Formats: sequence, structure tokens, C-alpha cells
Amino acid sequence: MTMPFYASVEQIMRDRSELARKGIARGRSVAVLSYAGGVLFIAETQNASTALRKVSEIYDRIGFAAVGRYSEFDNLRTAGIRLADMRGYSYDRRDVSGRQLANSYAHALNSIFTEQQKPYEVEICVAEVGKSQSSDQLYRITYDGSIADERNFVIMGGQAEAMTLTLRGIYRADLSLAEAIELGVRALASVGGNNGEPRQLPTDQLEVAILDRDRPLRAFKRIAGPALEALLTSDTPVGAPFEGVAEGATEDAAGDAAPLLDPHPGQPPAMPRPDDPVATGDTDADEPAAADDSTAGAAGSDPDSSGSA
Amino acid sequence: MNERVRVTSGLPAAFLASGSSFTDFLGESAPHLLPGRRALPPHVAGDLAPTATTIVAATYPGGVVMGGDRRATMGNYIAQRDIQKVYASDEFSVVGIAGSAGIAIEMIRLFTVELEHFEKIEGTTLSLDGKANRLATMIRGNLGAAMQGLAVVPLFAGIDPESADPARPGRIFSYDVTGGVYEEFGYASIGSGSMFAKSALKKVWAPDRDREATVRAIVESLYDAADDDSATGGPDLVRRLFPTLYAVTAEGAARVPEDEVVAVAEAVIAERSSGHRTD
Repeated sequence: MTMPFYASVEQIMRDRSELARKGIARGRSVAVLSYAGGVLFIAETQNASTALRKVSEIYDRIGFAAVGRYSEFDNLRTAGIRLADMRGYSYDRRDVSGRQLANSYAHALNSIFTEQQKPYEVEICVAEVGKSQSSDQLYRITYDGSIADERNFVIMGGQAEAMTLTLRGIYRADLSLAEAIELGVRALASVGGNNGEPRQLPTDQLEVAILDRDRPLRAFKRIAGPALEALLTSDTPVGAPFEGVAEGATEDAAGDAAPLLDPHPGQPPAMPRPDDPVATGDTDADEPAAADDSTAGAAGSDPDSSGSA
Repeated sequence: MNERVRVTSGLPAAFLASGSSFTDFLGESAPHLLPGRRALPPHVAGDLAPTATTIVAATYPGGVVMGGDRRATMGNYIAQRDIQKVYASDEFSVVGIAGSAGIAIEMIRLFTVELEHFEKIEGTTLSLDGKANRLATMIRGNLGAAMQGLAVVPLFAGIDPESADPARPGRIFSYDVTGGVYEEFGYASIGSGSMFAKSALKKVWAPDRDREATVRAIVESLYDAADDDSATGGPDLVRRLFPTLYAVTAEGAARVPEDEVVAVAEAVIAERSSGHRTD
């Protein structure tokens, strides 16, 4: 290898960061949400039936979601499964934790970022479903190995910052599965449409999976096809439960959301909601307009507004 | 450059290598964790460790049932009365063990992780023949220990969604110590009491009998094996220990509920005692 001209460490790191951030922002986004019955993963993909997946099972209670360059995060996914399986095999299944896996990822990504020519253009989320919602753990690990322990939800990928803002406004902890999917999809669709309008995300471009709190042992489960269709087209159209619910809403709001609690045949059971849910901070009363189909692939037109780092 | 990538990627190279077999991965990164990779002193070690015995399996329309007794022996001693010898290896298959118990249980654990590992990495399950062959590789790796008296011989059964006859998805595979795989038709048995169990099963098994009748046939054949083989344990009414049975159907592999096994075992005992047989 030839010796390069002198470049300051700061400059090198900045260049690498920029490269990674641009790469990540080009891709479609992933949302990970903690809801009453577990942890939900929603990824926007080109074609959900493909085997190139962004969301994966790692271990009994641990799931993985990633955005960015496929070959790179798939490498990390495989390494995580090996790490978890080896630990579970040599100790016990209970001795595998999301925290330790997230740490390993952080170390690996940090070494790659500082020591290799090209950093990994990925951002990953390690989620562990707990016995109760308060013990759910979501770790976000970025391309340079920074690790953050997030509460409630994580959104990664192109335009993640704007989507996070949208979701922050409408998220509640006690969501049912159907509600969580609806909110997640709404957040993913909130950016990238024409004139700032929300997009319409077709079902076949969504990759959905859950870590089901009530499932013994292996909690990970994919939701696709008719099951996903049923959850998405439940009695309440997108946006309806929150229509007209202003800040400081009373318990009447619970009545609006009630149809979502109807069990759908073939669906994992959603945990019953507490009696008095309080809708928080939702001032968005607009019905999301159906966006032009041609805009579906137009995400990430502005790479610099990526929410990573 | 390659060299540099391998050293500095933060994870050992084996973690980033391609491949979807957990056993191969362990062989690369932690070979000491594999059964059959340990050097053994050159004398017969068969008397040192407990052995597990009779396992029986039979198919029925819609699935397959496997059962095992609960006794492990060391020479003339009963080493354990409540050992479990039949396990669900994944959602659609079960495996039962005969032979050196410690090595066998380790092998089953590895086999179970192997199947799950493949499923997670590839996003799809192995075919039933693939699973059976994978188990054969592990038996083959144990040949050295087998020749010193620590043989492990499993019985493997499961549901094959691509079975030639969709109404009979259940298939059974038996093995020899050298890793030979043999598909069995209808029913099979392994272990020291297998001769008696298989003879008993032969008389009552028929392809079209339902799950209940098959469960009964398995329990009865284990009773017969325990009757004539001292290394096989019969139903233990004093300690309330009954055979372990697993059934695999299209819905998955599940343990036959304890109540059901107890009821069947008690019915078998009642029927046998009512005959006042003196043979």
C-alpha cells in the first residue's frame, strides 16, 4: 500500500462518518417499537417476499433489525446468531442477553470504523423482549460503534429524524399489536411523499415481525400475507382512532380505539389494555392522503438529513 | 490486505465466515466444545458411565409418536430412574437416545442448536433428510469413542411436508454406530430392550391406527421390553414415573400429556394383571 498524504485524524473520521451516513440515508427505514404484547419490527423493503431480510431472529427473546448495506449487516446478523448460539450452548439459554450482544456489536463496529479503510454503512437495533413492557430493551448501534439504550421505539435509515418526530407525537406505551403496526407504518410513511404529504405503503413492501412476550422460549414470529393484511385493514382505517383526539383527551378516547382490540383470527393475542389509556400529545387530526404510487421509491432524496450518528 | 481485515474486524474470523452449520462453526472457533473431538485413553471406558436404553417409534396417519423408558444403568446398578431420553429436536422432529447417556445428551443438545442455527441463518428449515444426515455426521464423529464402549445410537423421527404420501407425513430413521442412516417403515426400536419392544409392537401396529392406539402400542411395547430386559424400566407406580412420549404432527412436536400416558400405562398394567399370567 502506498503512503497517503497527511490527513488529520479528525478529517479521516469525518470522511468516514459522511460516507457511512450517506450510505445509510439512501436506504429505506426500519421502525422498532415496544408495545403491550412485545416488540414490533417494521421494515420498508422493495419486495417483502424476498429472502433479503432486514429483520431477523437472533435468540429466544432477542431480535435484530438493520438498515444500510445488505451484505454488511447480514454479516453482523450471522455473527450475532453465532455468538448467541455459542453462548447458549456452552452455558445455558438463559445466559444469553441482548445487552451483551449489543456490546459485542458495538465493539465490532467500532473496530471496523477506526481500523478499516471503509466503515460499515449500517445501523442496527438489537431488541430484547422482557417479562413486562418496562423491561423491554432496545439498543441502537451506529456505524461507528456508538451504542444507545433507547426507550419505547427506534427508527433507523433514511429520514429517520423526521419519522422519529412523527412517531414521538403519536406513540403510547400501551399499544395493541394492530395499533403499533398502524403507528409504525404511519411514521415510516410520513416522509418522502409529494409536497411533504404522507406516502401510501403497500403491504407487499412491509416486512413485519414481532417478539411476542407471551410465547414461551422462541418469541420471534414473522407476520406476513393474510395475517398482516388483516391487522392493517382492521375495522379502524389508518389514523382514525386518533382523529379529533386533542391533547388532554378524556377517557372517551378509549371508545374510539376499541375496535382495534377485537381479536383477529390467526393473530397472536394482544395483551389487554389497561382501563384508562390516555392519548398523549396527538394534534395531528389530518387524514393521511393517499400518495402517488410513483413516490414510493423516492425516499431519501436528501441524504444529509439522516437521523443517524 | 486480507490478512489485516481478518485481524481487525473486531470479531474473530470464524464469526464472519460464510456457512450455516453450528457444528462447523464450533469446529473452527471452539473445537473443545464438540462431542467426539476429545482424546480418550486407550482402554475400554464403557463401564464408567451410565447407559440409556429402549426407544420406540411408530407412525400413524398424520404423524409419528416416539417413546422411551426412564431408566439409565451402570452395569448392574440403576444409575437414574427418571432420565429423559426422548427430546423434541425442533418444531417438527424428535430424537431419542440409546447408549452412553452423557455423550448422547450432549449430542442431542448440539443437534438441537444445529437445527435452530440453520433455521435462523438461512431463514428456512432443513429438509427432514437433511436433519437425519446431519445427525449421522455427529454419530460418525463419535466412532472412536464408540469403539471404546461409549457408543451412542439415536432414533430420529419427524414430519416431512414433502412426503410422497401427504396423508402419512411421519418418517423414522435409525442409525448404526458408524453413522449409517436407515429409513424405517412404520415402526422402529433401538436399545437393549429393542428386540422385545419391536416384537411386541409388530403384533399391534397397523398403518391405519389412530394416535390413541399408537400411543397405547408404544407404552405397551415399552412395558414388554421392561418385562424382559433388566436395563429397561417399566412404569414405576411407587414413584409415579412413566415413559416419556412425544408426538409430531403438522402442528408441531409436543410431549404427550403426562395424564394421558399415566392413564394408558395404568390400563396396560390393569389388563396384564387381570389375566393372572404365570409365564
